[in-house]
Amino acid sequence: MKKNYKKIPMPVRYAINFVLLLAFLLIVNALIENKVISRSNSIVVVSIGINIILAVSLNLATGYLGQLPLGHAGFMAVGAYSSAILVKNIGATWLTIPLGMVFGGLVAAIFGLIIGIPALRLKGDYLAIITLGFGEIIRVVLLNIDSVLGFKLTYGAASLKNIPKTTNFINTYIVVIITCFVIHTMMKSRHGRAILSIRENEIAAESCGIKTTYYKTLGFVVSAFFAGVAGSLLAGNLGLLNPQSFGFMKSIEILVMVVLGGMGSMAGSVISATVLTALPEVLRAFDTYRMVVYSLLLIIVMIFKPSGLMGKYDFSLSHLLEKLLNFKSSRGKKSEERGS
Amino acid sequence: MARRDIRAPFIPERDKDKTPILECVDLGIDFGGLTAVDDFNMTIGRTEIAGLIGPNGAGKTTVFNLLTRVYKPSRGKILLEGRDIESMNTIQVNKAGIARTFQNIRLFNELTVLENVLIGLHNEMNYNLLSAVLRMPHFWKDEKIAKNRALELLSLFGMEDLAGQKAGSLPYGAQRRLEIVRALATNPSLLLLDEPAAGMNPSETSELMENIRKVRDTFKIAILLIEHDMNLVMGICEGIVVLNYGKIIAKGTPEEVRNDPVVIEAYLGKKGDVPC
Ligand SMILES: Nc1ncnc2c1ncn2[C@@H]1O[C@H](COP(=O)(O)OP(=O)(O)OP(=O)(O)O)[C@@H](O)[C@H]1O
Ligand SMILES: [Mg+2]
Repeated sequence: MKKNYKKIPMPVRYAINFVLLLAFLLIVNALIENKVISRSNSIVVVSIGINIILAVSLNLATGYLGQLPLGHAGFMAVGAYSSAILVKNIGATWLTIPLGMVFGGLVAAIFGLIIGIPALRLKGDYLAIITLGFGEIIRVVLLNIDSVLGFKLTYGAASLKNIPKTTNFINTYIVVIITCFVIHTMMKSRHGRAILSIRENEIAAESCGIKTTYYKTLGFVVSAFFAGVAGSLLAGNLGLLNPQSFGFMKSIEILVMVVLGGMGSMAGSVISATVLTALPEVLRAFDTYRMVVYSLLLIIVMIFKPSGLMGKYDFSLSHLLEKLLNFKSSRGKKSEERGS
Repeated sequence: MARRDIRAPFIPERDKDKTPILECVDLGIDFGGLTAVDDFNMTIGRTEIAGLIGPNGAGKTTVFNLLTRVYKPSRGKILLEGRDIESMNTIQVNKAGIARTFQNIRLFNELTVLENVLIGLHNEMNYNLLSAVLRMPHFWKDEKIAKNRALELLSLFGMEDLAGQKAGSLPYGAQRRLEIVRALATNPSLLLLDEPAAGMNPSETSELMENIRKVRDTFKIAILLIEHDMNLVMGICEGIVVLNYGKIIAKGTPEEVRNDPVVIEAYLGKKGDVPC
């Protein structure tokens, strides 16, 4: 039975996924082009994408690495401001847009490194406290500083305005796919297993020769990087940045997405980021009570399914196909057996 | 029978002319006012199966924690193949050749059996993060070799069919075996087993005895084991050290230790396992 299990070979699997993802891109893009999805709704679609990147990257640090960072919005802010300032000053072209994203990600990653190295050397929950402080410091600093070295750059509480609106469905979608792909392939490698081993049992990981501090920092920095990239996309989506939108509640909002989806499940993060972003738009009244509903949802999930919507389960499109194929052939076999 | 000097090294004849894999010299550690281990002198030969026994709380696990640098000793030194491990941490000690299992099992419970062993093989692979993310040939090659190696190691303990199961869902005995396989995966020259037979039934235990011997013969490594099951200890250990209240009270072959009046008294003085 086990031996007969048909597996789709790797290259074919990648090809199938690629074709399916491309088809989805073209369909949704066509819907937007033909105004089936309205202009305002297409902005919602883009925010869904941004929140997916945020949730999937936070899931790396919480679900996979087992830490509890509470300042994801801080990394997002750092990425958003640095990429916005860069793109605003050098102008938006096909080259500077991705450059701005990478730049935003790198600046966030550097902040992640500076915070992560001291905090992650210690065992225990120091990271939660330090990242909580970091998020607030970033917000307060951005709120009160409007120029850097004499250059008027961040504009403090008055908001950073006139950022080129470079974010659209296509580039958001591509970045979402790249984020998921990078984190997925990383997790399915010796580096990812090292990260998981730390979550599972740090002492045992060390006794297996895993450089735990290095891998904790790696997981945390990659998570910060993608938060920064998401920030860059946000800047280009709104065209305006205000420090107040990167407060503690934003960090908690992302964390809720991860917890509801299931810590350690990328599919869960994607689904719950999608639902929780779309919901307030569908139910306008919901927006006022958003945090109340989030808390209630969280309590309900914690009572009935503490591991989150998807648990640690992850699915892939090609796996699904594989299952279907095998289901058919095993049914075929059973009837043969009955016949003999 | 004359008692053996408890400070003098004692290793099997065949390992005599090679540097011992492990030498502990006057090793000791205090926890606050409590001296958990003191004056600990032990030498283990390259291919020896050695035993560390003693009543509960004698300090056996503490010795393992000293050898793997989980604790820093208060006194004395540890030489691994003649090299002082003073400056190393737990991770470096593993790379230098010491692997261990834990008395209270520490598996990566949510991961599969195969993944547990692959984590042990982490340092046997050397592709970098970029080749992993881009799925370069180097990644596939290393992963394939590692997977085959993992299955080979699992099959030593008859566990290859369990490869896809979650480690945490295995029965107790299988979990203990998996810990040994994972430790072996790190390619040690000294394997430390902390009560490997705890919770096993007699038939599992005798199978384990065979497997420990097989591991030593296949990999030509040294094994130091802590065990309360005297049949197992007396059955496979060549040299035994007996610890009581943190100090060595006897050292020698199973024969010598079994009949040692000091050992018998240490064990009979409290309720617990009695040798034989
Ligand atoms: N981290 C620590 N801090 C304080 N005391 C400790 C610590 N680790 C061990 N001890 C003490 O050292 C002594 C030896 O403990 P150890 O665990 O080494 O015993 P053991 O021989 O392994 O016993 P058992 O057979 O029950 O496993 C005990 O009295 C224990 O309480
Ligand atoms: Mg012990």
